[in-house]
Amino acid sequence: MKRSLTILITFFLTITYLKAQVSISGKVKDNRGKPIIGASITLKDTYDGATSDSLGNFKFTTTEKGNFLISITSLGYFSFEQNVHIDKLPIVYNVSLKEQLDELKAVTVTAGAFAAGDSKRSAVLSSLDVATTGGANADITAALKTLPGAQQVGEQEGLFVRGGAGYETKQFIDGTLVNNPYYTSVPDISTRGRFSPFLFKGTVFSTGGYSAQYGEALSSALILESIDLPEKSAANAAISPLFLGAGLQELSKNKQSSWGVNYGYTNLVAYFSIVKQTPDYFKMPEFHNGDANFRIKTKHGGIIKYYTTFSYSKLGLRRPDIDSLDLKDAFGLTNTNWYNNLSYRENLGRGWKMNLGAGYSYNKDDISQQLQDQNNQPVILQGKPWYYTKSYAVVNNQQLTQLKAVFDKKLGGISHFRFGAEDWYAVNKSTYNDTLRKLTDNLVSAFAETDIYVTNNLAANIGARFEYSSLINKSNLAPRVSLAYKVGKGAQVSAAYGVFYQKAENQQLFFTNSLGYTRATHYIVNYQKMVAERILRVEAYYKKYDALVKTIPVNYYYAYYNNNGSGYAKGIELFWRDKKTFKNFDYWVSYSYLDTKRNYLNFPGEMTPNFAANHTASLVTKRFFTSIKTGFNFTYSFATGRPYYNLMYNSGNNKYVMADHGTTKNYNSLGFSMNYVPSVGKPNAKTFIVLVASITNVLGYNAVYGYNYSYNGLNKEPVIPPAKRFYFVGVFLSWGVDRTQDAINNNL
Amino acid sequence: MKSLMLTVTMVATFLSTYAQSDKFTAAMQKSLAMLDSAKTTQDLTTVSNAFERIGDAEKTQWLPYYYAALALTNSGWADPAVDKDKNAEKIAALLDKAEAIEKNAELYTIRNMSATQQMLVNPQERWQTYGQQASSALQAGMKLDPNNPRLYYLQGMSLFNRPQQFGGGKDVAKPVFEKAEQLFKAEQPKPLYPHWGQKQTEDMLEKCK
Repeated sequence: MKRSLTILITFFLTITYLKAQVSISGKVKDNRGKPIIGASITLKDTYDGATSDSLGNFKFTTTEKGNFLISITSLGYFSFEQNVHIDKLPIVYNVSLKEQLDELKAVTVTAGAFAAGDSKRSAVLSSLDVATTGGANADITAALKTLPGAQQVGEQEGLFVRGGAGYETKQFIDGTLVNNPYYTSVPDISTRGRFSPFLFKGTVFSTGGYSAQYGEALSSALILESIDLPEKSAANAAISPLFLGAGLQELSKNKQSSWGVNYGYTNLVAYFSIVKQTPDYFKMPEFHNGDANFRIKTKHGGIIKYYTTFSYSKLGLRRPDIDSLDLKDAFGLTNTNWYNNLSYRENLGRGWKMNLGAGYSYNKDDISQQLQDQNNQPVILQGKPWYYTKSYAVVNNQQLTQLKAVFDKKLGGISHFRFGAEDWYAVNKSTYNDTLRKLTDNLVSAFAETDIYVTNNLAANIGARFEYSSLINKSNLAPRVSLAYKVGKGAQVSAAYGVFYQKAENQQLFFTNSLGYTRATHYIVNYQKMVAERILRVEAYYKKYDALVKTIPVNYYYAYYNNNGSGYAKGIELFWRDKKTFKNFDYWVSYSYLDTKRNYLNFPGEMTPNFAANHTASLVTKRFFTSIKTGFNFTYSFATGRPYYNLMYNSGNNKYVMADHGTTKNYNSLGFSMNYVPSVGKPNAKTFIVLVASITNVLGYNAVYGYNYSYNGLNKEPVIPPAKRFYFVGVFLSWGVDRTQDAINNNL
Repeated sequence: MKSLMLTVTMVATFLSTYAQSDKFTAAMQKSLAMLDSAKTTQDLTTVSNAFERIGDAEKTQWLPYYYAALALTNSGWADPAVDKDKNAEKIAALLDKAEAIEKNAELYTIRNMSATQQMLVNPQERWQTYGQQASSALQAGMKLDPNNPRLYYLQGMSLFNRPQQFGGGKDVAKPVFEKAEQLFKAEQPKPLYPHWGQKQTEDMLEKCK
């Protein structure tokens, strides 16, 4: 039996060998005629086939006979399949495969936008980088100031982008506008942002040319995307001489939903007693912050997210009065802020996606400004015009209710069509002494845009936005276009054009509703090359301002406004980040050149605004030493001096005139932070500890941000920070979830 | 006569299945020899495609897909120019096909290696995602087969290459390699089944001394 079996097998095998072999050969190319290497050629349901070589050629033989299906496949290309009849003659295939459009491989428009995020698509900065830049003290805005385009403005909060004022930058969380992104302004002191960087998984800092989805911002949009479900349940606590905080984040067992609460209390009394401040704080800054959230995943891969934050703060400070030697200015502020954001993202099937958002925010500032004598008692003066600018009580109350809906339809390939609408219902009240002013505006917007991918290498985004404001009873239509073209491996050129509208500020609209939209037109070209942990970006732009608000004086106290202002900004910016050259060392460098002038508000003519420096540069470095479990981060920022002016009202010709002007000295700042993570290397640790210490302005440079002038113009005083340096030490504890790696990655 | 017919039919059936499986074995052996001698990424792609063709034709064998994926993993280790994410995508597709036939620990060894390769592109940033994937692949594999020596070898590698400060180092890795070596000695792989790793484990133990 065994023997006969062997014979039989031999017989079968021989027959197999005797069968005539047919050769199948050919060449595989892409649609541009370049050979595709490594494509798999298969005679379906047989073992026969081949792989294309470095010239795209392939060849194999088969002993099969009859009708078969031949398939040619390669990752990233559409497959080729054809019926084939194999008989005796050799068969030749010359096939070109069409490239599949791939969202991750395809170019994206990078003109104007710094994408930061943890998504798979390469980002310039990860959102945790944003949180952990030396000297930035985990403030999103401070970290973004190390990117090109933003000014080093230290006397006011906000992002001053490309010759734009701080209010020309708007912030959006999950698509909806944030009305009060910063703690309320204090004269000549910049305040922090209200939101922790750890709330966000993605950040796009657009310095111009942004999508039609965003409006009411002339210069810049900061687009923040909140995190989805946490990985694990965790409890955390923070202890520092400045604040105490605790929180809880609970993930449900089925990992489909989560909720969390946090509370923090900040009091600067201990800190200010050690680190002397220039202003005299009669009410030590004190902040209560609470937040809560829930997140629920839906059946079809959607998510519902709710986030709310509440804060209550008080502070009061006194400075010497500029107009009189023996008097003081006292400023007091009580702030209540409540912010709510509800969003719902859902896949509707058939290529449709839906994003719904709703928001409600409430902000109340109770501000008192008082002239005081040496005993800190209020002083009333008669006949001094400047007295009225220094002695008042004002209560500002802002409420914003908004709804937004965006629908996204996937077209063929990876192209998209998106459209949506939003409604902002804003009620702003201001009570100045006893005078109540109230503004109610219903701003309705609609937008549509399309991302068109011609190939993986060429993309266009074309869109338009329509807005109507009931308050000023005016509408506008803003076109936006951007293009991106891949020019080589990791390299691309993009360009953007757009028109941007923004209503006048409330302080102006309180007095007149006949002000139209202010307008900016952006032209941007950008080159970006991103290869293996290195990024180079070069961007040039031109921005034209029209219909800016102009102040026309009536007398010293009163003025009216019109839209006759104008201006421009142009510049070149560079960004270089390198995580590769030096092992474990990450650094980035940015440089901005800005040339801007505008004629707006009380400017006597076209001049460079006092928030614009010609040259700005930053160097950010990060290094973690595993041997001592400690990271060290440095940030050095430089800016050339900014202009300052004394613009005075001249009653003779009823005009504003420039009584004095100059340029401040250059700005330098070196920020430092370090973090010690003792739980590194203890994979089974239950408690994770991060110790953080940081100092701003390590070198003790005396910054001058500008000058304030007395009413008569004879006294001039520099605007300086309240203290030379800011020191921070704190311990962050977490239980239940391993934050170690975060700490290492991010070097808080 | 009847019994003769029956015998003939039986023999014929037996022969055809035997021939069929013999054809499979022969093709597998040929491709395995190619895998052993493959040097370049091009060679490995060719052999991976060959295994995939066998898998597609057979439809009930997970081994061809396993080796197709293993070949790609090998090119991921050997060739820095290989796009690890793209490679991982292809590997995952092959393993998904294999897993649809049989879910086993061997497939998780490949998932572990593929995720590790993706992690190594940028360990600092990718540790949380791909490092996590790699270690959960090991855990899932050990759940299916607590005595798979290759899983212990891979666990040892991950510990060996991790800095001491992060809980790695050769002292931590050594007992794991020792366990792997024990299991390798006890292992009796079926024909065509994976049996790689013993030599590598011994080399690593040498380095741990």
